[in-house]
Amino acid sequence: MKALFELANDNKDVVLITGDLGFGLFEDFSEKFPSQFVNIGIAEQNMIGVAAGLALEGKIVFVYSIGNFPTFRCLEQIRNDACYHDLNINIICIGAGFSYGALGMSHHATEDIAIMRSLPGTIVVSPSTKSEAYFSTIELSKRNGVGYLRLDKSNASKSKELKDKIEIGKGNILKDGSDYTIIVCGGIAEEALSAADDLDKDNISCKVVSMHTIKPIDNVLIQDCVENSKGIISVEEGNITGGLGSAILEACLKNGKFPLKMKTLGINDEYVSIVGSQEYLRDSTGLSKRFIVDAVLSMNQS
Amino acid sequence: MNTQNLAKNVRIDTINMVNQGNSSHIGSVLSIVDILAVLYGEIMNYDVKNPTFQLRDRFILSKGHAGAGVYAVLAEVGFFDKAELLKHCQNGSKYSGHVSHKDVPGVELSTGALGHGLPVGVGMALRAKLDGLSYKVFVVLGDGELDEGSNWEAFMFSAHKKLNNLCVIIDRNNLQSMDTTENTLALEPLAEKIQAFGWKVQEVDGHDHIALNKAFNTSVNTPLCIIANTIKGKGVSYMENSIEWHYKTPKDNQFKQAISELEAL
Repeated sequence: MKALFELANDNKDVVLITGDLGFGLFEDFSEKFPSQFVNIGIAEQNMIGVAAGLALEGKIVFVYSIGNFPTFRCLEQIRNDACYHDLNINIICIGAGFSYGALGMSHHATEDIAIMRSLPGTIVVSPSTKSEAYFSTIELSKRNGVGYLRLDKSNASKSKELKDKIEIGKGNILKDGSDYTIIVCGGIAEEALSAADDLDKDNISCKVVSMHTIKPIDNVLIQDCVENSKGIISVEEGNITGGLGSAILEACLKNGKFPLKMKTLGINDEYVSIVGSQEYLRDSTGLSKRFIVDAVLSMNQS
Repeated sequence: MNTQNLAKNVRIDTINMVNQGNSSHIGSVLSIVDILAVLYGEIMNYDVKNPTFQLRDRFILSKGHAGAGVYAVLAEVGFFDKAELLKHCQNGSKYSGHVSHKDVPGVELSTGALGHGLPVGVGMALRAKLDGLSYKVFVVLGDGELDEGSNWEAFMFSAHKKLNNLCVIIDRNNLQSMDTTENTLALEPLAEKIQAFGWKVQEVDGHDHIALNKAFNTSVNTPLCIIANTIKGKGVSYMENSIEWHYKTPKDNQFKQAISELEAL
């Protein structure tokens, strides 16, 4: 919100559209910038279409909704009206992965990374920290092309302060380490950091990289991790097909440099029909700290 | 060029285009030619030398499958060379069967999937209101296209925002892909429905240029919807009111007959 306030204040062409969500979040914004705020109603197809019309006219548009509503419901509008016309439209989804775990599968955003990164020209960002969310929002407003900002209810920030300027397309090293590298996106980075701390106690040193930008992915950093680690573990709170792990493997193919060992942790190509907190669902789908620790230990033993 | 001649030329151009390109949808094109001719001949403000000047009126063909008609009218009024038209649907051509904006001056929006044009037009009209600009936005929708729910989201939103700079023209030819609109997913009472959404509705003969011109000049404080009663395939006797000309390409004798009928208009 801080980033959106600053952007709207600096540039009257910044427009924020919500699909009737954000109660308690947008009141200040709509009061301060009434001509830069639209509540379009519960109508996502029209939301992206109107965003495209505004962006064709030179507006910098942010659209906001939760879970899969601003992506899947209006995917063809995103593809044809926004992407094909090379527009500066940035789709903000709050509710990455199991952020709304208790609300059921309709609200689990678990295939969005794969879908959004498959569209030509998109920028796909799933921040792990508040700094990553802040700086990527600012940068997305300045970049042409459709941006997808996947915000999480959880995050791996150690403090409320924003620090260390983040750049889109450049992975963020959250913790250094010499044996293995855990590459993660989204708030689940907190589980990866905590796993790395546990492994330190066993004298296994893990680097933790927040690969907040899944597209365009940081090929250089991936190659560096591949060349300087005994193995790579990717962790994402999303379906294993087409997500972060796939993107890392594609980068390895492109680089022609392959990890000695690699393991991809993600949801095992299934819908989750039970509900629970984000932590609970991470654990029940094999993504929580203990599974990350196990993945590294088994790699270390083999 | 007067609008009657413009319409006649566009009809002949498009018959040639689909004949050369082995493409389809000629019935849908002929249905909207008079609407295009009145808009580009009398109503819209545009500059072929400066296609993107800020205060131009915007035109969107939401029923993108009739894109040949848009390419032809743009060429006829001088946005680009008429010789380009025969590249329509040829290998390597930018003139796709469904209208595309890439490197084609005068095309505001690429369409082809139905139900996309109106929301985008609403965004353009909203921008004019936000920034106090005087341009208008015209969107042509097919009647069958009204099956798409996104149109009704946009009807509701634009009335709510009182976008009186937005004009929708519904090409009411009563035919859609497999049958009549009324046998498929009944639209009637259509005028009353759109009025109930908060729009001003004018119903006219979509081939009567004087009536169309008058309807476009309706003064409104809401969005304006013109229901243009049309004949699919208008102008070529064997195509009129026939679903098969949504799909077929006029060849050989049929091609010759179409051209001679249109030249006699």
